[in-house]
Amino acid sequence: MEPYARGRRLVRDQPGLVVVAVAALLLVGDLIGKLTGGGLTPARFGGFVWDGLVIGLLIGLAGIGLSLTYSILGFANFAHGDYISWGAFSGWAVAYLLAGIDRYAAGGLLLIGAGDGPAPGDVGVSITNTPLSIVAGLVVAVAFTVGVSLLVDRVVYRPIREADGITLLIASIGVAFALRYLIVFFFYSGRQGVTDISRVPSYDIGGVVINAHELTIVVVGLALMVGVHLLLQRTKLGKAMRAMADNRDLAQVTGIPVEGVIRTTWILGGGLAGAAGYLVVLTQGTIAYDLGWLLLLLIFAAVIMGGIGSVYGAIVGGLVIGLASRLSLIWLTGDLSSFAEPVAFGLMIFVLLFRPEGIFGGVSTA
Amino acid sequence: MSPDGSPTDRLPTDRLDGFRELLERSDAALVLTAMAAFYLLFLSIGAILNYDLAGLISILGQVTFFTAVYALVVLALNLQWGYAGLFNIGIAGFMAVGVYTMAMLTAPPTGSPPGLGLPISVGIVGGMVAAALIGLVTALPALRLRADYLAIVTVAISEIIRLTYNSPAFSTFTLPGGIALGTGGANGIGNFPSNPVRAIYFTDPSSAASGTTPIGTAVFGFFENVLGVFRSAVIVDLTYGLVLAVVVVLVYTLLARVGNSPFGRVLKAIREDEVVAKSLGKDTNRFKIKTFMLGCALMGLAGVLWQGFGTGAVYPQAFRPELTFYIFIAVIIGGAGSNTGSVLGGAVFANLLFLLPQYLPNIIEQTFAIEADPNNFIAAIGPIAAGEIAPLLGYVLNQRLPALRFVFVGVLLVYLMQNRPEGLLGHRTETAAAVDLSEGHTPGTGPSQAADASGAAGGEGGVDDE
Amino acid sequence: MSNTGAEIERDERDAATAAADDADDQLLRVGNLRKEFGGITAVDGASFAVADGSLTGLIGPNGAGKSTTFNCITGIHEPTAGEINFNGEDIAGLAPNAVADRGLVRTFQIARELAEMTVLENLMLAPKRQQGESLYRSVLPTFRNGVIEEETELREAVWESLEFFEIDHLAEDRAGTLSGGQRKLLEMARALMTDPDMLLLDEPFAGVNPTLETKLLDRINQLRDEEGLTFLLVEHDMDIIMEHCDPVIVMHQGRVLAEGPPEEIRNNERVVDAYFGDDI
Repeated sequence: MEPYARGRRLVRDQPGLVVVAVAALLLVGDLIGKLTGGGLTPARFGGFVWDGLVIGLLIGLAGIGLSLTYSILGFANFAHGDYISWGAFSGWAVAYLLAGIDRYAAGGLLLIGAGDGPAPGDVGVSITNTPLSIVAGLVVAVAFTVGVSLLVDRVVYRPIREADGITLLIASIGVAFALRYLIVFFFYSGRQGVTDISRVPSYDIGGVVINAHELTIVVVGLALMVGVHLLLQRTKLGKAMRAMADNRDLAQVTGIPVEGVIRTTWILGGGLAGAAGYLVVLTQGTIAYDLGWLLLLLIFAAVIMGGIGSVYGAIVGGLVIGLASRLSLIWLTGDLSSFAEPVAFGLMIFVLLFRPEGIFGGVSTA
Repeated sequence: MSPDGSPTDRLPTDRLDGFRELLERSDAALVLTAMAAFYLLFLSIGAILNYDLAGLISILGQVTFFTAVYALVVLALNLQWGYAGLFNIGIAGFMAVGVYTMAMLTAPPTGSPPGLGLPISVGIVGGMVAAALIGLVTALPALRLRADYLAIVTVAISEIIRLTYNSPAFSTFTLPGGIALGTGGANGIGNFPSNPVRAIYFTDPSSAASGTTPIGTAVFGFFENVLGVFRSAVIVDLTYGLVLAVVVVLVYTLLARVGNSPFGRVLKAIREDEVVAKSLGKDTNRFKIKTFMLGCALMGLAGVLWQGFGTGAVYPQAFRPELTFYIFIAVIIGGAGSNTGSVLGGAVFANLLFLLPQYLPNIIEQTFAIEADPNNFIAAIGPIAAGEIAPLLGYVLNQRLPALRFVFVGVLLVYLMQNRPEGLLGHRTETAAAVDLSEGHTPGTGPSQAADASGAAGGEGGVDDE
Repeated sequence: MSNTGAEIERDERDAATAAADDADDQLLRVGNLRKEFGGITAVDGASFAVADGSLTGLIGPNGAGKSTTFNCITGIHEPTAGEINFNGEDIAGLAPNAVADRGLVRTFQIARELAEMTVLENLMLAPKRQQGESLYRSVLPTFRNGVIEEETELREAVWESLEFFEIDHLAEDRAGTLSGGQRKLLEMARALMTDPDMLLLDEPFAGVNPTLETKLLDRINQLRDEEGLTFLLVEHDMDIIMEHCDPVIVMHQGRVLAEGPPEEIRNNERVVDAYFGDDI
């Protein structure tokens, strides 16, 4: 008998739950109608799902780091998107260099075609044409972003480790600005093509067209996620990280090496962010200084949905956000297709309002 | 915010200390002195660049305009964040709602995109009300959230607003009842009524060729005959800048009244310890919602006056989140919680971080005659091996100065958070009451029992020190 | 409120029933109050009543659930279960401001002064339903005159209160610079400025010197006698409780162990056990 607490909790939660349930039911019903009625071919539906999974996987990958730093360091890192951008630019600079060094000057290649540099079609980067340069670029993207995040932590966040979350959040906005426009300083401010789309083979699987770059992303993304899983479950440091993400104060009391865990968190989160940024360019085919910033809100959405501090929650949240933003295109046709992103933001706001602990909240971190 | 009243250059040296005291005591003197310094700085820049008198007036108009619009938004944010601790990083979105609503209400029905053709005053009020209502929709549910969640929600709402205005879906649309309206999509709205200040000078505000009003004839005549300035546009711009300065004074007064009142006292208490405010019977959510709405309305007004009448055209790219962060940096420079600090922070940001970098390349180039203009970083840095630094300078000045400015702004923000989280200008405390609290204390008139008891307790120090 | 020896040892259910019997002169009634945090039960079915115009003491060893009970009554915590009735109205689960608005105001065990505000501002904040708490009245010219008038009146009352509590010499200092005892005084002065019907005082004398303590107790008694204020007082100093409070409620392990006049509490074996026995 808990009339007060339970009654109030119900009143507070129910509007959200009811709306979500009704909306979900209506949409699923409409979807079935469209699929059976011929308004939507299974192949087109499959295409949306595949696209959603690919982008969702990348959002999840990038979200792991954001989620871990949010819970372990206690602030929302608005610079996370710009780690992603730096991963993309550092990695692709090297991939370009290796792919075109036999034909073009190193300078133009390193700047990914800035100024009068070689055009994407001429360099001809693709997973089938220049697989080694793509792999090397990925490694550099991870390493460079790890370096950036460790350096930023040392210079910016460590001196104010004990400050409140808002102070750190504002500092991270400063970091975001500096990192983003350093890219513009060294590279360029527009959006530019990178991969040689004409040389990317694609495969038709039951009407759904899947290209080799998307396959690469899925393979690499899944491999990285398995790696993170093993790290967290099998190593001592991983267990310490989980403990700290769960309850920072308690972990500190029990003698976990706090600074060591924080460093590992940045290495892991930064590395994954770098990899995600590099891979985003692989699927989009273009690169831009603000690509990470544009993804950041979607990543926040995924992290909040999955529950802050939860690695698996971030992955699932990423997939949900990715799928939601792509599947919304079934209904948002024509001019309305520009609302795919606002739909994802709206979902995030909804989760924050009605389940700030995440849709899988209450389940302990892992 | 006119600089004319500031007597800096007339003060004898032996009275400098007195002047410093005046600055510490009087907020108005502080702001006016700062503005005089900025005007002087930019006049010198104009002189270095060999501007004629019209050019100098134009630069003064710019300084006034940007100082005023920044001060306006910073004051609005200070109300929300500095007074009530509401961490709103959706400022750009609320400004967009204000100016878009104004534009859609006032644009001519025959234009493209079509508007409702209502009077400007209706447009301004409508813009402020719309921004306040969007603020209400945001605040009602979101105020329960932790500060960092509120931040994420507001930035998301700001992006939803921008993407909605950017979307082709509402480029033009028809309301029920057959009334056509539109946001113009990515191209925005450029055909709303011209700046109302022009009505002072021109018989038809939308056209400078239409002929001048009596005031216009007199003022333009004075500038042409006495000063030799023939560009009426710079006079109109300067006038608008001064009108905005008056608006800033009005808003400042409004917010000072809000702060120096029981309402402001409750806000101060909320920011410090909301549980205490609640335990004293204050319905803190109501205070927060009202404050949030008032702040959003002022942001909407700033949008109208800045991007609307200031720029003369509204387009979605103007409301990217960068704008929000400029305002935050300005409020942090000034020190959150202080209205005078807000005006100063806005002035410092507008002049030193926004305007100055636009003039800097010209000055440096004129001084050092840098002709190299490499179009990428490698080409700029390569010649350094041969001892040539000009290409790098050329690259920085001609190609990448705006980017470096952002980098600098970011570094400044980090520096402030690490070293001066209370603001560059320090934490200024403004007492929250409508009257001077220290007055009204007349010792001995208290209840006689109090006097007796205090005598018994040995006067002062009625409590143990712990 | 009359108490017999038999009543002291009745269990909670009886207490609630008995409380309902003479509801007329009971200002606050708590019935079967429970509060759990996660798996820990802080208050485990506490029932008691506070008579109108009484100075009731609430004692108990550390961890007995006194502060949690205070927090549940004043809306800081939402009770897991149970009834809280104030002035004939169910207030369980109301927001703290709604509880305070009904005339039930508290102080905190660890003083919560508003550190960045001056002592004067702290007190000026407290009075309820100030005209100037309305935004438009604070701002619009004609209305603001009324606000200023009211502020001038409040200022008088605030200075009187500061003089009484002997902290008028600190009036313009930031509250954060006060000593622990001074903060306690500030909190009590602030709570009284709300013009409450009932005050919940959580260890109000900690750090206050004995002379002032006596004076405060006189004031409390005076407010009770002349203005009919009701007090519920949590205090560790047994002498104060036994000398001034009637009745005294004893809490132990989240329940009400005993309730009655001080002399009976003093001789109650279960109370003595709770304080000195092995089970603490």
